Amino acid sequence: MTDISQTQPAATHDWTSAAARRRVRRRYAADRRLQFYGIAAIGTAMALLGVLFTTLIYAGYAAFTTTKVELGVFLDPEKIDKGNIRSANFRKMVRDAFLSYFPDVQGRTDKRNLSKILSSGAAYIVRDYAVRNPDKIGELVTISVPVSDPFDQLYKGIIPREIQALSSDRILLYEQLEHRDVLSVQGGVGVVKTTLFVDPAQVPEEGGVEAADYQRMINEGFRSFFLSEPSLSYREILSPNAAEALKKKVVANPELVGKTIEVDLPLSANYDNLLQKGEAKIRNPRFRSDKEFAWFDSLIQRGLISTPFTWELFFNADSRFPELAGLAGALSGSFLALLVCFLLSFPIGIATATYLEEFAPKNRITDLIEVNINNLAAVPSVVFGLLGLALFLNTFGMPRSAPLVGGMVLALMTLPTIIVATRAALKSVPPSIREAALGVGASKHQVMLHHVLPLAMPGILTGTIIGLAQALGETAPLLLIGMNAFIPSVENIGLTQPAMALPTQIFSWADSPERGFVSRTSAAIIVLLGFLVLMNLLAVYLRRRFEKKW
Amino acid sequence: MLTYLLLALLAVTIAAYFAGFTKARSFATAPGYSSQHSLSGYHGAFVAAWAGIPSFLLVLLWLLFQGPVIDSLLVSSLPPDRVKGLDIGQLNLLVSEIKSVAKGNVFSEPDAVVLAGAERYNSWSTIAIWAMVASALSLSVAALFIARSRLAPRFRARNQVERITSLLMIICSLIAILTTIGIVASLLYETLRFFSMVSPVQFFFGLNWEPQIAMREDQVTSGGAFGAIPVYVGTMLIAFIAMLVAIPIGLFSAVYLTEYASSGMRAVVKPLLEILAGIPTVVYGFFAVLTVAPAMREFGEFLGFAIAPNSALAAGAVMGIMLIPFISSLSDDALAAVPQSLRDGSYGLGATKGETISKVLLPAALPGIMGGILLAVSRAIGETMIVVMAAGIIAALTLNPFEPVTTVTVQIVTLLIGDTEFDNPKTLAAFALGLVLFLVTLCLNVIALSIVRKYREQYD
Repeated sequence: MTDISQTQPAATHDWTSAAARRRVRRRYAADRRLQFYGIAAIGTAMALLGVLFTTLIYAGYAAFTTTKVELGVFLDPEKIDKGNIRSANFRKMVRDAFLSYFPDVQGRTDKRNLSKILSSGAAYIVRDYAVRNPDKIGELVTISVPVSDPFDQLYKGIIPREIQALSSDRILLYEQLEHRDVLSVQGGVGVVKTTLFVDPAQVPEEGGVEAADYQRMINEGFRSFFLSEPSLSYREILSPNAAEALKKKVVANPELVGKTIEVDLPLSANYDNLLQKGEAKIRNPRFRSDKEFAWFDSLIQRGLISTPFTWELFFNADSRFPELAGLAGALSGSFLALLVCFLLSFPIGIATATYLEEFAPKNRITDLIEVNINNLAAVPSVVFGLLGLALFLNTFGMPRSAPLVGGMVLALMTLPTIIVATRAALKSVPPSIREAALGVGASKHQVMLHHVLPLAMPGILTGTIIGLAQALGETAPLLLIGMNAFIPSVENIGLTQPAMALPTQIFSWADSPERGFVSRTSAAIIVLLGFLVLMNLLAVYLRRRFEKKW
Repeated sequence: MLTYLLLALLAVTIAAYFAGFTKARSFATAPGYSSQHSLSGYHGAFVAAWAGIPSFLLVLLWLLFQGPVIDSLLVSSLPPDRVKGLDIGQLNLLVSEIKSVAKGNVFSEPDAVVLAGAERYNSWSTIAIWAMVASALSLSVAALFIARSRLAPRFRARNQVERITSLLMIICSLIAILTTIGIVASLLYETLRFFSMVSPVQFFFGLNWEPQIAMREDQVTSGGAFGAIPVYVGTMLIAFIAMLVAIPIGLFSAVYLTEYASSGMRAVVKPLLEILAGIPTVVYGFFAVLTVAPAMREFGEFLGFAIAPNSALAAGAVMGIMLIPFISSLSDDALAAVPQSLRDGSYGLGATKGETISKVLLPAALPGIMGGILLAVSRAIGETMIVVMAAGIIAALTLNPFEPVTTVTVQIVTLLIGDTEFDNPKTLAAFALGLVLFLVTLCLNVIALSIVRKYREQYD
């Protein structure tokens, strides 16, 4: 202290000196820097949220429409047994109906490829139509059936007709050649000027220049272009008849043997395209021939293609074919599991919270209960799945994959949320209400049941809905008890029947290799998020509408 | 059948309520009536409770024990020469074959023993179900009449009903304890069975995790296939990456929101951040596979090195995004709990806002922030779907974030998905991993909560 006052008397401190101003400026710059970090952090978080939603919507919106083709099918009464409609050969009927659009297509392969434009589920759709409308048998009916996944994606512009033929590192090789200035077009053919040694060692005794190994000579000469990659073969870059071109040249001038020559060798088709057109493309390998595009275009021109809303997404069961797969099974499974979860966790949660908050004596056991509830809230969800598997399935022998067991496991996970919300809601009811009720002679139970619980109900319901929303998105415990079974029909729905849930359906679709499942998965996620948003909005509405501020 | 039984019990319960109610209402008309202790509704509720609850509990217990009892009857009824020499697994196989034949799923020609067993099984099951229906309904009706006969004007029906309600509430509260006991017991039981097949030393210190190979019988004990160290290392690597993403973003946004932002901005940004916490993890997993992993691979290609499609980096980064709101809201709480006097003191000395935050508020809020970070770490370790979808399955002992690694939760799910038999170490290993996971997250939570609580008391 005394040191400071001696060396730097406060009165003489110059706040306006350049050094002091610089210090102040620096301090405020640090302040602004911190502020900037904060804004950057928030901006990053918001940007990530935005990217998440835009990618999901971008990938998923396509699945909300299905590309369908109008098919005029004659339900031939001679081929359909009215007593047993299902047994008729609808596959052939649909195929014939579709092939009749293209009378000039002949040949087995072409016909097979053509019929693959239709989804494999088309026959079932026509069959179900015939079963529903038996009076239409004998008539020509027009039914919209989905096209198969590649054409669905093609029509929506998700996959292109042509893709890049060369990968980026192959294009890099081309750029290296271009950089060396050895590429040119001669007579409409792209060539690369190659310096090579016509090695006498490669010319055999018998046969002479006719039988020499020109491929090896070209390989040797080409190696000088790509010294860093000694294993590279010229075959990828040069046309297959490059050796033939060299042979022709050497046979014409046998004196070239033993000399180093410059020769123009033709490029392979892909590199030739790259040189002459600037890009190398091939047909998308998901389509079998260019004819398919022509057929599909003719369907579009005739106005037979339409893209209605995909009601199938909500009313179809799961399927191996993405254009047919729907969420009906998953929605019903999730609904049943949530119902069980609600029926168990709501009363039990309220009873527990009421007891702990209003009736329980403060002792070791109630302390233990509170600690347990707090810990259960933090136990990883997969552990609840292990509990369900070991206890419910293995010990009690309950059915696998059943919404009943799923709901029970989810109820155990939801309980802490409901208990905490209920206790908070009970606490917010003012003591004056209780005292007034007690004062007019109500018993403790009557105070609770008639006054406190009804007043706390909006808060309890809000907490319950939020807990159920969490349970709806929970995946891992349901996977462990097998609620990811493949169930291709919605005929057997029940608490003990094998079922799917919405998140496990998302998981299994995300695992499917077909391209079309990417948009189906995103669409399923949009549906799931939609339900979550609805539930949360309901919770917010309940809170705003009914919650009283005391 | 069960549905009808439960509906019938419900009907009896409702009838019991009205039986009690009408009897209580008739008291007033009886000669010599002075006053009634409880309202008539309580008399009804008393009878209904006795008619409904015991029979419902009976049905529950019956359902729990019916399966095991019939199974043991079935096993004891099998001819001894067929059962001799079978171990538990083969016996279980035989029993499940009999059951599937009993349900009508006949795949190949079953032998006579199985057919006879199936017949017995079916008849026993029918007997058991009808016995359950009969006993439950008769218990319910009997309880109705006994309870109704106890009703009298001075009968304390309200006190009785309240006692029953209190008892029910206590039973409900015990479910939390029962769940914890169930978790610990089932994990511990299966883990001990696992350790009877694989030594704990190997599990805790082994460097080689190849549970699929150990399916073959001759390799169970050879080669250290259940050394879980690579799995732990992978878990920690992914959790560490997640924290690298979540801590700076979460902490800085909390600082900005509590100290700089206007109240309007807070009202917009906080709910948006909370949305990140409300998105199901399976969605994050799909996001990682669809967007983040390919983007990272392309970025790596652009820089000239290979990033695996299921790298630890992608899974960890997406998990970090999920944890941002977690860190930010807990830090927010911690910063808001610092008393205003500390801020005022700092401003009074001429400190800028930034200096107040970094030199006063953050040190003061540090315990709370640390508690929040520990809770987030425990979340990261226990998080399942993101890593199941985006991280690898092969356990490689590496700290390179561009390589695929696996985690405890991934192994649990991959070991248990599909058909599971509880007699091989592959399945049981999942429970051993689950026990480790449970204990680690429990410890982290207890430590974090105690830090947060202690710190809160300091300023209260």
